[in-house]
Amino acid sequence: MDDLLKLRGVVKEYPGDVVALAGVSLSINSGELVAIVGPSGSGKTTLLQIMGTLDRPSRGEVIIDGFDAGSASDDQLSALRARRLGFVFQQFYLLDGLSAVDNVAGGLLYSGHPLAERRQRARKALERVGLGHRLDHRPSQLSGGEKQRTAIARALVGRPSIVFADEPTGALDSRTGASIIELLRELNDAGTTIVVITHDSELAEAFPRRVAMRDGEIMADDLVAA
Amino acid sequence: MSTRAYAPSRLLPRDILAVGSIGLRTRKVRAALSALGVAIGIASMVAVLGISASSQEQLLSTIDRLGTNLLTVEPGQSFVGGGDSQLPVEARPKVAAVDGVQSATSIFAVEGATVRRTSYVDEDNDSGITVYASDTNLPETLSAAMAAGSFLKEATKAFPTVVLGAVAAQRLGVSDVRDRPQVWIGDRYYRVVGILGTVTLDSGIDRAALIGLPEAQARFDADATPAKVYVRIEDHRIDSVRDALAGTANPENPEEVSVSRPSDALEARAAAEGAFTSLFLGLGAVALLVGGVGIANVMVISVLERRSEIGLRRALGATRRHITVQFLCESLLLAGIGGVAGAVLGAVATAISSTAQDQALVVPPEAIVGGVVAALAIGAVAGLYPSVRAAKLSPTEALRTV
Repeated sequence: MDDLLKLRGVVKEYPGDVVALAGVSLSINSGELVAIVGPSGSGKTTLLQIMGTLDRPSRGEVIIDGFDAGSASDDQLSALRARRLGFVFQQFYLLDGLSAVDNVAGGLLYSGHPLAERRQRARKALERVGLGHRLDHRPSQLSGGEKQRTAIARALVGRPSIVFADEPTGALDSRTGASIIELLRELNDAGTTIVVITHDSELAEAFPRRVAMRDGEIMADDLVAA
Repeated sequence: MSTRAYAPSRLLPRDILAVGSIGLRTRKVRAALSALGVAIGIASMVAVLGISASSQEQLLSTIDRLGTNLLTVEPGQSFVGGGDSQLPVEARPKVAAVDGVQSATSIFAVEGATVRRTSYVDEDNDSGITVYASDTNLPETLSAAMAAGSFLKEATKAFPTVVLGAVAAQRLGVSDVRDRPQVWIGDRYYRVVGILGTVTLDSGIDRAALIGLPEAQARFDADATPAKVYVRIEDHRIDSVRDALAGTANPENPEEVSVSRPSDALEARAAAEGAFTSLFLGLGAVALLVGGVGIANVMVISVLERRSEIGLRRALGATRRHITVQFLCESLLLAGIGGVAGAVLGAVATAISSTAQDQALVVPPEAIVGGVVAALAIGAVAGLYPSVRAAKLSPTEALRTV
């Protein structure tokens, strides 16, 4: 099977000789559940941003789903994110003025689906993450775990090839965090490719594949037979 | 390596409005206040235009009603001898005979006559009222209505009867003629047979007491040379008749005749109000500009505050253009709401003003449309910089937690 995501010799430098990634090569197959683990400053967030086309590498190759992200225009990358990628953030980034359904439907906003279809699919996505009873609630009426589930539903609603989660449990207590990881595992079992960034190596133990990072380099890439 | 192309990101047109109004819906007070800034600007401009249009409309309809075809002929400055010149005695009939003249009437000075309520009032107290002798066709030529009674007639002009101008009647305390009121002129009582309505074209008549010429000549030894001749002319012949009037009225010294057009004064007044209008319009434009700066300010703050929303939208697939469009739309909405509210406020202010001043309500459609368009233009300008700035943020910059 083709690699869904392929990084080859990716270097990211910031002005002032700051090297965030010092030559990273990595392949992720369809259907994988990967944890990228490392202390803060190890370059894992930069790696996720480059994998998610939110940022461009200084050097190296990024190929997502057969699409060369390095040579693509900004608009083409936007289209790729709209149609093939999903994101989950530590701070959820839900819009206060919108209900849970409309927040999730926002995941389809830039792929040009009509509103009725977006809401329909958003309801299904919310049911999938166990929030079928919270459809019309505002983010301010949801608990932390519910907010993150809503954000996960938003990442899933477009049926992306790959979902990137940046510290998805970072703002949650450990029990709620564990339930979010459990949800991600379930979604992976159902076929979604998921890449999770975390600084918590204990949490990473739950993942079949763990990529350990330090100082912008991959230190270890362990695949545990599931 | 094959590069697959994806269908571009797309934001449906009807979604633009929803996305562009999120900021307003979540921050209602701020949106209302910044829209208010623009609303005040637009309201003042619409009101200024509306109020001046209403009052100009009234002036113009007054001018229309009175006609611009009335000229007055008066003795002007005498060039020889220095003193005031006089019109010949036969000036009025001569003028009336000119082709194109519809009617002509004259008034005559009555030297030494004052009008008082009774004989007990001090002789020097003339209440600012001038006594004139008048031809009997004065109301027709001046298009003056009678407020009460009737004007001097052939039959009564040689008797001690008087007609009062509107202001004169008020000052003398005469409001009706049915109880046969009398006023004291010179050394005897005159019966008031009529009161004139307001003569807009010549306010001097409002402050006059008019008696018949034979009576004035008999009792006050009045001169039969007219103090003023009013001439009503056929509309399309005004210019040619006007040129001929001086020579006809006083063939010997046409240069000593002064011909004027009372409606010119009203038109000058209408023009003067127009001049004030542009001044106030300028003030309204300044208010609008301040409102626009307020919107720009609010938009800049909004972009700063909503960096993470911008980052999220980029992650969800929004292009830079989508971000620009969203914030530009928000700015246009703010200004548009302000503009529409302002136009309504301005129209209401005009309605209140014209009702209070008893004028016809005129709100020029150009003012309403222009006001809303001006608001939108201000909104576009104010929103341009913030929204371009928002679009320039890279997704990672926008998502960086501060």
